[in-house]
Amino acid sequence: MKLTSPTQLDQVARDFRASLEGYKTTISLCGGTNCTACGCNEVLEVLKTELEARNLTYTVRLIVTGCQGLCSEAPLISINPDDVLYCNVEPGWIKRIVSDTVIEGKTIPDYCFTDPVNGTTYEKFSEIPFFSDQTRVLLANSPHIDPSDIRDYISVGGYRALAKALFEMEPGEIVDEISASGLRGRGGGGFPTGRKWASGAKAPGDHKWVICNADEGNPGAYMDGSLLESNPHLIIEGMIIGAKAVGAGAPGGGYIYVRNEYPLALSRISEAINEARRWGLLGNDILGSGLSFDIRINRGGGAFVCGESTALMASLEGKPGEPRPKYVHTVEKGYHNEPSVLNNVETWANVPGIILDGAQKYREHGTDASPGTKIFSLVGKVRHTGLVEIPMDRSVRSLVEGIGGGAPEGKKLKAVQTGGPSGGCLPVSQLDLQLDFDVLNEAGSMMGAGGIIVMDEDTCMVDIALHFIRFNTDESCGKCTPCREGLQEMERVLTHITEGKAEMDDLGHLEELGQWMIGGCLCALGATAPHPVLSTIKYFRDEYETHIKGHKCPGGVCRELIEYSVIEANCTGCGDCVTVCPTGAVSGLPDKVHKIDMLLCTKCDECYKACKFEAIGK
Amino acid sequence: MIDAVVKIDAASVDRLIDASEADPEALIGILQDVQKEWGFLPIPALKRVSERLGVPYNRVWAVATFYEAFTFQPHGRTHIMVCTGTTCHVNDGLQVLKAIEDELIIECGQSTPDGKFSLEKVHCLGACGVGPMVVVNDQYHGHMTRAKVIKLLDELKSRTEVET
Repeated sequence: MKLTSPTQLDQVARDFRASLEGYKTTISLCGGTNCTACGCNEVLEVLKTELEARNLTYTVRLIVTGCQGLCSEAPLISINPDDVLYCNVEPGWIKRIVSDTVIEGKTIPDYCFTDPVNGTTYEKFSEIPFFSDQTRVLLANSPHIDPSDIRDYISVGGYRALAKALFEMEPGEIVDEISASGLRGRGGGGFPTGRKWASGAKAPGDHKWVICNADEGNPGAYMDGSLLESNPHLIIEGMIIGAKAVGAGAPGGGYIYVRNEYPLALSRISEAINEARRWGLLGNDILGSGLSFDIRINRGGGAFVCGESTALMASLEGKPGEPRPKYVHTVEKGYHNEPSVLNNVETWANVPGIILDGAQKYREHGTDASPGTKIFSLVGKVRHTGLVEIPMDRSVRSLVEGIGGGAPEGKKLKAVQTGGPSGGCLPVSQLDLQLDFDVLNEAGSMMGAGGIIVMDEDTCMVDIALHFIRFNTDESCGKCTPCREGLQEMERVLTHITEGKAEMDDLGHLEELGQWMIGGCLCALGATAPHPVLSTIKYFRDEYETHIKGHKCPGGVCRELIEYSVIEANCTGCGDCVTVCPTGAVSGLPDKVHKIDMLLCTKCDECYKACKFEAIGK
Repeated sequence: MIDAVVKIDAASVDRLIDASEADPEALIGILQDVQKEWGFLPIPALKRVSERLGVPYNRVWAVATFYEAFTFQPHGRTHIMVCTGTTCHVNDGLQVLKAIEDELIIECGQSTPDGKFSLEKVHCLGACGVGPMVVVNDQYHGHMTRAKVIKLLDELKSRTEVET
């Protein structure tokens, strides 16, 4: 059915809600990529069979949602209206969940979230601190709606902002509202979105484009993919509003550039675009407003550099994704040398809320310069991993130690990496910094896409710097010399440091090289590539020095610099290390102190991880 | 590097090109479709794409070699991707990769001589909450360790034995 007026949206919402009245319970199974990796599809099959066997399909609504957020406890199932979240769900639990919770309405505490620190079990989804401590605006609907059904999105207020923008606002007013909200680009740079839109609207030409950057190449950040998986219509709605604001209706149009490695996100957004066309929300004369606009999908080819605006435009045109100098910005001359307004997925997702509720309401969260909420992917050596949405006035500590629960297994926190391969590592002493664009920049890191990778005492900062430089070397397009050659030289020097072959002068060499790259590279990806090295030298210089002068790796990671040995006083002779050693390098009689033959040892670290008595030293 | 031989009929390539309306701008998408069809990029198909789109062959070649998604070698029947993104790296993902290399006696980027397995690393699969991640023929496996991946490989090996 094609909708031809905004009032029909309310009718769709009413009809849809009425169609749900027969259901007593809704089971939302998380079908995000993280849960898929932990076996949610097996759980889904068992759940379907069980509901059918018990004849419950007419009273229980089963939906597969996108990412619900608490990925460390995957697979997740939430049950409403009971407000229950079951964690680490196994197919074998389903019978009991259906009989106890769905039929009898009793929560099963064993399956609920239990805080590993204080042992508290949370029987209510909404009371789990990981969620209750967040300010979920963009992610609010993700655990509750079926991303494959446009009516579900419409029933929670979806496409109302579009109706307002189409029928009650002039293009200039939309741009002014976005400008007044202070929204900044969520892809990394934090450029004011309103200013970009104003330039796009002002740029001359009949063919204009709005483009969504979903080439989330930043390792450790997965909020964009998750938004596309869980709430694709939010992004589509944002883009249509953007199209009206800057004048990108037909003959111009929209593009979503999706990363090749995100098959689930790709299928969800493709499906959503088709649905939107069927319902008259994309295509000719949207909602009877006269605006014609459509969105096409472009699959990326797996190149990190295509996240850069000029490289992305080249890729859209079917060329290698090489950046060009930005004397003229893509907002004036981008795709086909025509005005192109490029925003990241999360930026587009912010647009409907700002238009519907106004800039003032948006500014209630965050700081003056960084208003609104930001989605962070909290991952690495932290107890609770997942997607966290908080205002940008919160501190790194409240995110990592509060919501994330700190480092697991009693380990000490060492660093927090933000901003991906363009960002830096912050030491524990900097944890009270505010998570906003400018504060992070000043500290030598950056917001980036919002990946927060937590590192504990078993992480080596030199190894991390080398990891990022290797990543950047792999992904450098090779067009400009400072990036191509500079990265290779950095990789050479850092490799020497991790092998104990470097000298103290090499640190100065790295710093100097970094400054040259910052000043000389063609695009922002090259110019920020030295950040991981410079920030680790700045904050963890002693660790570099221990590698160079002491030929030791304090994190116990750099294989050339570690030797394993048994700490005799601690060894109980339990044999766990013997069992896990793949090469037979560890040996010993039961209950007697074991020993390690370094000639056979491949330094795989298995014995160290297996030992419960801290009897393996390295 | 390029030694894979496969029979290509121009009609199949044309079908893929026509599906994208022979649009030179759709070059990357067409190459992705070609790769989906044959599992890699066969040289005769690249030449046909160049002819039909009117894009010089060196441009097609430039695109095919620029993007990581393209390969000139067929994958093994079981294709394994190991994530080496930052989170997986911090959680010892490299040990998982090393365990697979040792177990299959191949290096990352290679296939086993019998064509049953191929191994590749990727920078991030977007499942950072449950790393280290391993993907086997589009099936995601989270929380991988050395021991778990060896068990997984044993299962895969016995499965491919049965199939052959």
